[in-house]
Amino acid sequence: MITLMHYTVLSALLFSIGIFGVITRKNAITILMSLELIFNAVNINMVAFSKFVAPSAAQGELFALFIIAVAAAESVLALAIILAIYRRRRVVNADEMRLMRN
Amino acid sequence: MNQYLTAGLLIPVLPLAAFVIISAFAGRYKMASALTAITAMAGSFLLALYVLSSQLAPHPAAYELSLPWMHIGDVRMDIGILINPLTSIMLIVVTSISLLVLIYSVGYMKGDESFSRFFGFISLFSFSMLGIVISNNLIQLYIFWELVGLSSYLLIGFWYQKPEASAAAKKAFVVTRFGDLGFLAGILILGFNAGTFNFLEMEAWARTAVSVGAISAVLFTAAVICLFSGAAGKSGQFPFHVWLPDAMEGPTPVSALIHAATMVAAGVFMVARLFGIFSLSPEAMMVIAYIGCFTALLAALIALTQEDIKRVLAYSTLSQLGFMMLALGAGGYTAGMFHLFTHAFFKALLFLGAGSVIHAVHTNNIWNMGGLHKKMPVTSITFLVAALAISGIFPLAGFWSKDEILTVLLDSGNKPLYYTASFTAFLTAFYMFRLYLLTFAGKPRDERAYAHAHESPAVMTVPLIILAVLSVSAGWVAIPGMEKNIGTFLYFGEHPHGAPFNMGVAVKSSVIALSGIGLALIMYLFGVLKPDAVRKAAGPLYGLSKNKFYIDEIYLFVIKAVFLRLAEIIKWFDRHVVDGAVNLSAFITRWLGVKLRLSITGRVQDYALFIFCGVIVVIAAFAVYDPEALKMFGGRQ
Repeated sequence: MITLMHYTVLSALLFSIGIFGVITRKNAITILMSLELIFNAVNINMVAFSKFVAPSAAQGELFALFIIAVAAAESVLALAIILAIYRRRRVVNADEMRLMRN
Repeated sequence: MNQYLTAGLLIPVLPLAAFVIISAFAGRYKMASALTAITAMAGSFLLALYVLSSQLAPHPAAYELSLPWMHIGDVRMDIGILINPLTSIMLIVVTSISLLVLIYSVGYMKGDESFSRFFGFISLFSFSMLGIVISNNLIQLYIFWELVGLSSYLLIGFWYQKPEASAAAKKAFVVTRFGDLGFLAGILILGFNAGTFNFLEMEAWARTAVSVGAISAVLFTAAVICLFSGAAGKSGQFPFHVWLPDAMEGPTPVSALIHAATMVAAGVFMVARLFGIFSLSPEAMMVIAYIGCFTALLAALIALTQEDIKRVLAYSTLSQLGFMMLALGAGGYTAGMFHLFTHAFFKALLFLGAGSVIHAVHTNNIWNMGGLHKKMPVTSITFLVAALAISGIFPLAGFWSKDEILTVLLDSGNKPLYYTASFTAFLTAFYMFRLYLLTFAGKPRDERAYAHAHESPAVMTVPLIILAVLSVSAGWVAIPGMEKNIGTFLYFGEHPHGAPFNMGVAVKSSVIALSGIGLALIMYLFGVLKPDAVRKAAGPLYGLSKNKFYIDEIYLFVIKAVFLRLAEIIKWFDRHVVDGAVNLSAFITRWLGVKLRLSITGRVQDYALFIFCGVIVVIAAFAVYDPEALKMFGGRQ
């Protein structure tokens, strides 16, 4: 029997892998991919809670769909920024993009 | 508002307008500035005559305009105008002398770079002084009082390039500040106890205040003496007298207007204005009388040996102001104000005459003058008139007012005061004629200065002549037997307050004055008694007088010994404790900043890590404080 616990553990694992990726990877593209993992961890949580806590309304599924759409748009934006930076500075490594500090 | 009040309101406003116009527009055109100031002052003078006419009626009404300004608790403050005989006579004195001094200054200040500034400042001064005169309450009076202090500061330091002038200006400001501190304290004590600052209401309150227990007798006397300390500061009474002689660094017309005739009289005027309150405290009146008497004598003794023509006059002013205070303190309301009235004319004349001499010979030292009568006859004759008037020779102005004071003293029964005052009158006659003879009579002692000397232009001599006429005639308002004389005019309380003419006093004081003049003639004209011989005979007394009884030095010593030590301690406290606390907090902030700065790396991942840590902290907080929230994760029930 698969319980809510299994889903949340999976979600937590995905989330942790995502965070780990965001913090440790240097390449901006990799960071972006790790970010997607975090989104998906959230989506799994949404759907799982929707199914186990309030199965009739399907609100969680709806939210997950929205998040997928927003995340796609957001990825486009982030990739565009990375590209723009790459064109100007020829770098894709996040630790070399210290624009926020002098 | 009736027409007299409108006039009273306009009197100070006109000079203020002149000041504004000169500062804003006319500053570049010298003659335009002078004309603006003179026109405004002439207007004020005519209005003052009009106001006086309202008070000359057989039973004049006091006119008062009072507008509420603010309330503090139960205490009301007004702004307003009070016109009564005292106001009107003072308005005449201030406006007439200001007008003459302004005209005279056109000649005296000719060629000065700051010609316009001079006329602007004089107008500002007149505005402030007239404001004091028309005020109907103490707060308003105090505001104008301080404005007078400010304009006096500006005028003493008019030639601010001269270090002595700016030092003198500072000294005048600081010394009067001490007196004004007491004045303010007195105002507040009386005002908050009375619930009003209005003169008439305060007087009415004071009449019964002590007897019904509204204020303790000791506090009342203390408050009145505090008020007097303000008057003493402005009027140069001991121990605040040290600023006035130094103030002679200003241009001579300023000395004539401010430091002889009007501003220094403000203290006397204030005591007269509040006479109804002062007279209720016999102890305070005693203090005033003795301080006045002491100042009169002390200043006269110093004046005996001074060599600067303006300083002799300055000490003479102190001495005469002492006389006025003495008269007020002895209960002679009319006598004090009457002496203020006559003194204003002859002392302004003396100063303007001295200015004319200085203008001609370019020195202040009387030992470099002499024999100037031939070169400047108008100055010499008018100066002689003023000297006779101040000495108290019949029938000149000083005779009447000084006699009135002596009569009051005699009537008060206080013999020491009477004899001291008489002796001071003798000294006055002597030093005035010493000054006159050394300046105008005998042979020139400095040929170069003498050769250069010339009579002043008409714009300067005409005011001298007018003042000379007034110095002769101003006293005639006291001629006994007239239906309306100064005594019945300056009404105070239930009855006219003028002391009746006393023939015995008149004869005695005339003899005293004549003997003073005679001694001066013997020493400085006929040379029977050589001044040097007298100097030797006087020994250390001469040095004491010459050095102004070392009062300046004593003050300086006290300041060095006490105040500077105290200042050192306070300075240490400020440097180390106060500044230390401030510096410590700055240091802590700075140190924290340096440490926290390390966390701002600029790397996106570091920030992401911080956010993640933050989330964990939030969840941990929930886990600790609100475990229910975590139950739906399927945790242990």
